[in-house]
Amino acid sequence: MAIAELSLYQQAVLLLAGLIALTSFLMLGQSRLVRLVLVFAIQGILLAATTAMVAYALDFPHLFISAGLSFLLKGILIPIMLQRLIYRMGLHRELDTIEHPARVMMGGAFLMVFSYYVSLPVVAHSPLVTLNAIAVSLAVVLLGMLLMITRRQAVAHVVGFMSIENGLFFAAVVSTYGMPMVVELGVAADVLVAAVVFGVFFFQIRESIDSLDVDRLSKLSEADKP
Amino acid sequence: MIAVYLILLIPLAGMVILGLVADSRRAGWINVRCNAWALAASVWLAVDVLIHGPQLSSGQLLYIDSFNVYLVALTAFVGLTTSIFSGPYMAHEQEAGRVNARRLRLYYAMYQGFMLAMYLVLTTNNMGVLWVAMEGATLATVLLVSLYRTPESVEAAWKYFILCGVGIALALFGTVLLYFAAEQKLGIGGNALLWTVLHENAAALEPNIMRLAFVFLLVGYGTKIGLVPLHNWLPDAHSEGPTPMSAILSGLLLNDALYAVVRCKMLVDGSLGTHTAGYLMMGFGLVSFLVAALFLHRQTDIKRLFSYSSIEHMGLMTFAFGIGSPWATFAALFHMTTHSLTKSAIFVTVGHAAQLAGTQRMTKIRGLILTQPAIGWGLLIGTVAIAGFPPFGVFASEFLVLIATMRDYPWLTPLLLIGIGIAFAGLFRHLQTMVYGDIPEGQTAIPANLWPVMIHLALVLWLGLSIPGFLGNWFSQATQLISGASPF
Repeated sequence: MAIAELSLYQQAVLLLAGLIALTSFLMLGQSRLVRLVLVFAIQGILLAATTAMVAYALDFPHLFISAGLSFLLKGILIPIMLQRLIYRMGLHRELDTIEHPARVMMGGAFLMVFSYYVSLPVVAHSPLVTLNAIAVSLAVVLLGMLLMITRRQAVAHVVGFMSIENGLFFAAVVSTYGMPMVVELGVAADVLVAAVVFGVFFFQIRESIDSLDVDRLSKLSEADKP
Repeated sequence: MIAVYLILLIPLAGMVILGLVADSRRAGWINVRCNAWALAASVWLAVDVLIHGPQLSSGQLLYIDSFNVYLVALTAFVGLTTSIFSGPYMAHEQEAGRVNARRLRLYYAMYQGFMLAMYLVLTTNNMGVLWVAMEGATLATVLLVSLYRTPESVEAAWKYFILCGVGIALALFGTVLLYFAAEQKLGIGGNALLWTVLHENAAALEPNIMRLAFVFLLVGYGTKIGLVPLHNWLPDAHSEGPTPMSAILSGLLLNDALYAVVRCKMLVDGSLGTHTAGYLMMGFGLVSFLVAALFLHRQTDIKRLFSYSSIEHMGLMTFAFGIGSPWATFAALFHMTTHSLTKSAIFVTVGHAAQLAGTQRMTKIRGLILTQPAIGWGLLIGTVAIAGFPPFGVFASEFLVLIATMRDYPWLTPLLLIGIGIAFAGLFRHLQTMVYGDIPEGQTAIPANLWPVMIHLALVLWLGLSIPGFLGNWFSQATQLISGASPF
C-alpha cells in the first residue's frame, strides 16, 4: 500500500512511530548523561503528542487525560528530577563509555527487524498502522533493555527502564486507543513511585559503593565467598 | 461483598496509620492487629463464597471465586503469623543496631502496603489492575530489601527492582496485546480487560494474538514467580532483606504471581483450544525445578539455600498447572498451600537461627538444638517437611503431582524423581551440623516466639494426614474452574 493512500491520521501515526524509534536509537548512542535524559524527555513529549493526536483525531476525550499525564510525568517531571540528581551527584561532566558502539547499533537494528517479525501474526487482522505501532513499541521496549545492558551508570539504567514504559504506552495508545482509565491512572502512579524510589536508590548506591557504576555491584554471586 | 472491601480497606488504613506511628513497639502491635482483622474478614468472605458461590462487585472491578478466595485466606493467614514473628524479631534487630526507628516505620507501613498489593492482585477482576498491583508489590518491598543498607542489601534491592521492573514491563505488553485482541471482538470500552468478560468470550478471541500475549505474560509474571532463567533476583532479595520479608515474599508473592499466570492461561486455553500455554508452563517449570535443585548444593548462606528451594517448588507448581489435568491442578493448588505454610515457617525459624548464631553462613551456624531446642527442632522438622517426607503435607502434594505426571506424561516422572532426590540431598547436606554439634563459645538462647512456626508445621502435618473436607471441597471447586473437570 502506498503511503499516499493512507489517511492523514495514519500518516501522522507512522511519522510519530518513526520519530519515537529514532529517539530510542539516539539514546543508545548517547554517552553523555545530561543529553541522554534530554532525548528521553523528547521521547516522552512525542508520546504525549501521539496520545493527544489520537484523542483528537478519533475523538476519545479520555485520552487527553492520558496525554496530559504522559507529558507531565515523562516529558517534564521525571527528566527534571533525573537532571537535578545528575548535577547534584556531579555526573554531568562524566562520559559513560560505550563499548563497541558499532556493534550495539547493529544489535539495535537487529532488534528492530526482530520486532517486526514477531508482530507479523498481528498484521493479518488489522491495518498497516497497527503493525507498525506494535512493532515499533516492541522495538522501543527491546532497545530500552539493550540500553540497560550496555551501560554501567545507574542513571542510564533508569532512563532505559522508563523508555521501556514509553514503548508500552505507545502500543496501548495506537493499537487499543489507551487502556481503561483506572489502569492508566494506576500505571501512572506506579511510574511516579518508581521514579521516586529510583531517586532514593541513587543515594543508597552511592553511599555503599561511592559511585553510580552498577558494574561494581558484584558482591552477590553463586561463587563461594571467602 | 462487604468483606472484600474490608480486606482491601484494612491494609490501606494500616499503611496510613503505620506511616504515622513513630513508636516501633506499638507499630508492631498495630501491624499484628491489622493482619488479624484482615484474616477475620477473609474468613468471612470465604464462608460467604462457600455458601453463595462466585461474586462480582457492583462496578465489576472485584471478582471472587473459589480459586482466589482460598488464596486470599492463605495470604491473610501467613501475613498474620509472619507479623506476629516480625514484632520481636525487628525489635531485636533494632537493639543490635541494624535498623533505626525511622526505617522501622517504613518497614511496618510497607508491610501493610505489600499486603494491600497482594489482596488487590488476588481480588481484582481487571487484568490491568492486576498488573498495577503486581508492580505495586515490587515497589512496596524493594526499599525493604535494602533496609539494612549494607552494600550487599543495596545491590540485592537494585537487582530486584531492575529485573522485576523490566520483567513485569513485558507482562504489561502482554496485557496490552490481550486488550487489543479483546477489543476487536468486544468493542472499545472499559469492559474488554475484565477477566470475567474475557473468560466468557475467550473462544472468540484471535488465537494468534493471544498466543503472543501469553508468551509475554508468562515471561513477565514468571520473573516474579522466580522461574529459571529469570530467577536471579530471588535468592539475593530473600537473603539480604529482613527475614519476615523473606517469609512473605516466598510464601505469598510467588504464589500470587503464579495465580496471575494461571488466570492468563485460563483465557489463552479458551481461545487457542490447544495445549500450547500448558507446554510452555511445563517447560519453564521443569527447568526451574531441576536447575534450582542443583543450585541447592552450591549454597553457603542459609537463606539463599531456602530461597532456591522456593524456586524449586514454584517450578514444580508451574509444571503441574501446565499439565492441566484435573489431578495435576488439584495437586498444584494443594502444593501452593503446603509450600507456602512450610516455607514461611522455615524462614521464621531461619531468622531466629541467624540471630542466634550472629551470621547466615551455614558453616558458622552450630549446635542449635543444644542452645535453644525449639529453634533447632523447628529447623529440622521444617526441612524434613519441605524436602517432601511423609507424613507432612508437602509429601502428599508432591506425590499427587507425581501421580498426575505418570498418568499423562510418564516419561517425565524419572526427571521429577531425580530432581526431588537431588533437592533432598542439597537440603540435608548442611543441616546435620547446624542442628546438632557442639555449642560455639558465647552462643546463648534469644527471646523467640515460635508459635507461628509450630502452628504452621502442625497445619502442614494435618494436611499430610488428611485434607479436611471443606478444604478438599474448595480445592476441587477451584480445580473444576481451572481445568474444567472435577478430580473426583
